[in-house]
Amino acid sequence: METFKEFFSFSDPSIVAVVVGAVLLTASSAVVGTFTFLKKKALVGDAVAHSVLPGICLAFILSGTKNPVWMIIGAFITGWLSLVIIDHITTKSKIKEDTAIALILSVFFGIGILMLTNIQHSGNAAQTGLDSFLFGKAAALVGKDLIVFGAVAVILIVTVALFFKELKLIAFDSNYAKAMGIPVKWLDLLLTSLTVLAVVTGIQAVGVVLMAAMLITPAAAARFWTNDVFKMTLIAAIMGGISGLSGAYVSYVAPAMPTGPWIVMIISVIAIVSFFIAPKRGIFSRSLQQRKLQRLIMDENLLKELYHLGEKDRDPYKGRTVAEIIEERFFPKKPLKAALRRLKRQGFLKEKTGEWSYTEVGKQKGQRVVKLHRLWELYLSKYMKIAPDHVHEDAETIEHIITPELEETLERMLEYPEFDPHEEKIPY
Amino acid sequence: MKIEAKDPVVEFHDLTVSYDRKPVLWNIDMTLPQGALIGIIGPNGAGKSTLIKSAMGLLPLGSGYVKMFDKPLDKVRHKVSYVPQRETVDWDFPTSVLDVVLMGRYAKLGLLTRPRKADKEMAMNCLRKVGMETYIDRQISQLSGGQQQRVFLARALAQEADLYFMDEPFAGVDAATEAAILAIMQEMTAKGKTVIVVHHDLQSAAEFFDWIVLLNMRLVASGPIDKVFNNEMLQETYGGKLTVLAEIGELVRKRQIPSREKY
Repeated sequence: METFKEFFSFSDPSIVAVVVGAVLLTASSAVVGTFTFLKKKALVGDAVAHSVLPGICLAFILSGTKNPVWMIIGAFITGWLSLVIIDHITTKSKIKEDTAIALILSVFFGIGILMLTNIQHSGNAAQTGLDSFLFGKAAALVGKDLIVFGAVAVILIVTVALFFKELKLIAFDSNYAKAMGIPVKWLDLLLTSLTVLAVVTGIQAVGVVLMAAMLITPAAAARFWTNDVFKMTLIAAIMGGISGLSGAYVSYVAPAMPTGPWIVMIISVIAIVSFFIAPKRGIFSRSLQQRKLQRLIMDENLLKELYHLGEKDRDPYKGRTVAEIIEERFFPKKPLKAALRRLKRQGFLKEKTGEWSYTEVGKQKGQRVVKLHRLWELYLSKYMKIAPDHVHEDAETIEHIITPELEETLERMLEYPEFDPHEEKIPY
Repeated sequence: MKIEAKDPVVEFHDLTVSYDRKPVLWNIDMTLPQGALIGIIGPNGAGKSTLIKSAMGLLPLGSGYVKMFDKPLDKVRHKVSYVPQRETVDWDFPTSVLDVVLMGRYAKLGLLTRPRKADKEMAMNCLRKVGMETYIDRQISQLSGGQQQRVFLARALAQEADLYFMDEPFAGVDAATEAAILAIMQEMTAKGKTVIVVHHDLQSAAEFFDWIVLLNMRLVASGPIDKVFNNEMLQETYGGKLTVLAEIGELVRKRQIPSREKY
């Protein structure tokens, strides 16, 4: 708790630096990743992330230092190279894209690990900490590293903001964009460069192994919350930033712990939570929607059966016991009683000593369901030539979804018919 | 049978197009008139979509060229609009109806500028024309097939072009949408704009178009509807596949021979 307060009071300037760095890096890769996600290029991000490792090692071998500028250049070159090769394999051979990605990813990563092991055994004192590029170390974001990586992150965000409109267009409909004369090739190149750069900057905090998650997961999580690309980008950036902040905290509390897995775990939790609780697209909201629908169907069926009972003894307003209703049509007892109580609360039914009867509006509602049912049966047999003994099941579902406008159309088309195909009176 | 247009808007000159080296269009050579509603008709796999895609520069040409307004496309892109097939985009994309229509303005805006108020007004007008003005904020995945097609048409209208290429705009739409789209096209051609439509339904083709292009891997006929839309021509287009042409194409692909020799 002490360290928690200490960290989040941001009184230590070195903490502030690490936090700003980690948040910038994760947020910028989330922003770029949104478009990688929308272009359905998630796997490409993974390939780039693994392919930058040999570049980093090569830069170290050639320069002999851990200078971030050299690292970025090295990583950028091999990251790009991997994409060029993947593209070449896909267009020039029979190998499909997913196979090409898997091939290149493993080859490049293998070479990277080979070089890294070699460096570690070379006895060069400057190499300590190079392995933090594998799983990330946010605490190492200080001094020159912070400035260089931070600057690249800012460049990424600004570039996406400048070309936002075009990036959106090519993600949605690139053929149309091309036909319109928008420089699609150039923009694709730009987005690829941004993806590579986002990976390169992110590896300090997250590491090459898990970097792909930082590109894609924030976007995937944000997609649940909005139907607008701009808002989606913003939400992805915030979610990415939060995970970056938590990574910085872990790095502060436990300096020996790699930060990448922590950051990725936090963003994954955010994604899973979004998956469940997001409005409209989330699982909970969808099942809630389903339950509401189920209730509506139950209520309407119940009102309909009461109407049928009323038709039989020509007294629609007569009270009925639960047993009587079940005899007319089987409902499970518990949901039936719940529905009865619900309809009473809503003012469609009245209850007196265990007998349930219509209110005025209740009868109207029940009558409408019966009418829709019979209208639809008539429509099916008249227009779709379906035999009268086959139309009932269909009408059971359709009666709940016909809108007032459709109701009117049906009435007009069928010329306000008096009877349905079973010679039952259609009530108006 | 080929009838040349008087002052042509589009000229296809000896166009050959291949997919993976396999030629799917052979030596298309024709001119199309201004201010006409033109239907490109032919059986499945005849290369109808390929023809307009290659006209829009979306596919590499094996040989020949396409000229519009007597110029190469790159010089006149602002006067030409393209409506892709509805299924080619992901309708679950996070964007709204108005946003999609605004995309039609992007070429005029150029890089780095955002849509201005006037562009929004323009987009609104186009949506009103296609009867979709009440749907502006709707997420595009909630639209029916006919509504999606209307949105695509509105987006093309927002480009304010003079020449329109449309890929199957009548495919899978309801009767009301079909009538609405046709009315808009007729209004456009009445104003001197040219509309070229890929179409697969012969029955309605007879009622819709003033000029017909019959296609089956090669050009069968091109001309005013009363001259070329007859049994004999349709027989030639649909009846009996040109098996030799298809077989040669397959051979070219297998042997990976370029469709034109270099020297």
